[in-house]
Amino acid sequence: MAERCAVIGVGQTHHKAKRDDVSIAGLVREAAKMALADADLTWSDIDAVVIGKAPDMFEGNMMPEIYLAPALGAVGKPMFRVHTAGSVGGSTALVAAHLVSSGIHKRVLTVAYEKQSDSDAMWALSVPQPFAAPLLAGAGGYFAPHIRAYMRRSGAPDHIGRMVAVKDRKNAMRNPYAHLHLADIDMKMVEDSMMLWDPLRYLEACPSSDGAAAMVLAAEDALSGAYPPAWVHGMAMRSEPTMFAGRDQINPQAGRDCSADVYAQAGVTDPRAQFDCAEVYVPFSWYEPMWLENLGFCELGDGWKLTESGATAFDGDIPWNPSGGVLSSNPIGASGMLRFLEVAMQVRGQAGEHQVEGARLALGQAYGGGSQFFAMWVVGSDRP
Amino acid sequence: MSATARVVRPVSVASFAQSQNVRRDDERNEVEGLMPVIAEVFGNIGITKDDVDFICSGSTDYLIGGPFSFVMALDAVGVWPPRSESHVEMDGAWALYEAWVLLQEGEIDAALVYSFGRSSLGDLNEILTLQLDPYYEAPLWPDIVSLSALQAQAMIDAGTATEADFAAVASRSRRDALANPKAQVRKDVPPEVLLQDDYVVAPLRRHALPPVTDGAAAIVLAAGDKATAWSERPVWITGFDHRMETHALGARDLTTSPSTARAAEVAGVASGKVDVAELHAPFAHQEQILVEALGLDDSVVINPSGGALAANPIMSAGLIRIGEAAERIRSGRADRAVAHATSGPCLQQNLVCVLEGGA
Repeated sequence: MAERCAVIGVGQTHHKAKRDDVSIAGLVREAAKMALADADLTWSDIDAVVIGKAPDMFEGNMMPEIYLAPALGAVGKPMFRVHTAGSVGGSTALVAAHLVSSGIHKRVLTVAYEKQSDSDAMWALSVPQPFAAPLLAGAGGYFAPHIRAYMRRSGAPDHIGRMVAVKDRKNAMRNPYAHLHLADIDMKMVEDSMMLWDPLRYLEACPSSDGAAAMVLAAEDALSGAYPPAWVHGMAMRSEPTMFAGRDQINPQAGRDCSADVYAQAGVTDPRAQFDCAEVYVPFSWYEPMWLENLGFCELGDGWKLTESGATAFDGDIPWNPSGGVLSSNPIGASGMLRFLEVAMQVRGQAGEHQVEGARLALGQAYGGGSQFFAMWVVGSDRP
Repeated sequence: MSATARVVRPVSVASFAQSQNVRRDDERNEVEGLMPVIAEVFGNIGITKDDVDFICSGSTDYLIGGPFSFVMALDAVGVWPPRSESHVEMDGAWALYEAWVLLQEGEIDAALVYSFGRSSLGDLNEILTLQLDPYYEAPLWPDIVSLSALQAQAMIDAGTATEADFAAVASRSRRDALANPKAQVRKDVPPEVLLQDDYVVAPLRRHALPPVTDGAAAIVLAAGDKATAWSERPVWITGFDHRMETHALGARDLTTSPSTARAAEVAGVASGKVDVAELHAPFAHQEQILVEALGLDDSVVINPSGGALAANPIMSAGLIRIGEAAERIRSGRADRAVAHATSGPCLQQNLVCVLEGGA
């Protein structure tokens, strides 16, 4: 039987366009030290280290766990590297959590990062491949047609994407670690920003960030730290192929299956009512209404109505991305872990100005690839 | 350590398959190279992908020179309906570790693990340099053969080995590979002839280097009823651990492998007689370091498959060690085996898996 697992320490860097004050090792160490301090632990208390990041070509450092081992106190310990595309930050946390829930380790440090300023993600995503159509468009160009298809299918009006862009940036004003702090953000400012990939405007897209996230996960008999633990109530991963005839890229089956699995583990039957908040991977504005439907927070076709009603706003009944989300900070490899980490902060009551009052149960979600890789966890303040 | 107190759930290496290991596979892409391997690993035990609960793979983008090489590789399995699936940017032996961890929880009973890589697509010696510290080491381009030569020279300087020892390992490995139809370099050349090779980087002569190999491998892990149903003689994983060393080469004693020794201790290598060991020692001199770290005596058969000196498909060579060791047990030629995988320059990270035959 699986052992109980809890988050007992969290840490993240100040996310910025360029963290040229630190090396990659310095960046990950900054987040890791903060997580250790939060858990009131030192390096020697950690049994194993699990690290994740998006493609190695984003920094030009192959299998970076080899280089980062001493910076993360992993010498003499098991060190593990996960890579599952954009969902990697979430998957990395799940691999670390399984090391605890399987009973193999008592305390595991998990870290995810990206130092995008060391390279150019757009370039690294667009390397020509034999027998493959050159996209040369990065992620936004890939997802824009999916968004168009969603708008057509649901009848959503144009302004929904802009609403999400404004809402998440307003939330980020409450989060001192967020990359973007756009104090004057409003619908007009988003509408006036440059069109990147129709229908996505510049301010409807995530930034390119340097940053890292870290968590300490612990078994029930190894809890520590000043804040209460965030108990893991459910965790799941699902993958589906990139392309085949009939695949629904707008509402992927893998996302539906993954949430069904994690809800069953956590005893969640009505996500909108039962969760107090959610941190969901929304790198482009329209993915909020799309994932609202995919994650079962509303009926199919109604996601945009939920956003429009203000339900997902900070003062709504189900705040989504109170931290500002991926739209406000996007160190790609860490973006998924930040979702998982932020919900842990919420149920531990340590989210400061972006604390959702009384949050006790929350969903963290990350996705990657061509909307085909999903990682999710449910954390709560009650022991499962 | 917490690991010692835990009761290990028996997990069996139920099936193993590997591609023909070749210098250059120009005919097929990664998916096409993997498909027959996946078909074989399921076909061996008469199951399909629907019989496994989890999938985990190991690969590196730097071989193909593009991001997300593992994404399309999933098409070799066909993950529809969607599956619980993960990927490590590590040798497949670590993908197998991740799957083994999940099986330990007792909620799933079977997993598919695979890995792949075409080393021939680029200059592997240069590519592996990109594993080094990107600020202080990689820009100087110390290639992996040169770093391994430093390690071999350290052994000679310490008086623990000679060039003749390296040649003996290379000679034996490639002679043993004559019995392994999947191996790439299979020949019977005596050590004294090998010692006439020129140096590539002194003190390493050509024979002490691994071949450049394109290849793929897969394993099915099973627990509970599936383990006994899928195999007349299950091969149980009875100990499993991996450990990391520092990246600073100057801070390591390159003639020893404390990470292997620690992993062997946690995995319980010494708790029984070892019949056979499959060691992932890409360079001939590394075998001796590993044998000493694992505490193996002269009675242990080392690398009967020919090891990484006979075929070194990057990202699969470690997983293949586990598969080869398991097959020795399944076929009745051994009762207890040690399999090992390595990552990083000069054996920086090491994994040890202990396998035992069941009734």
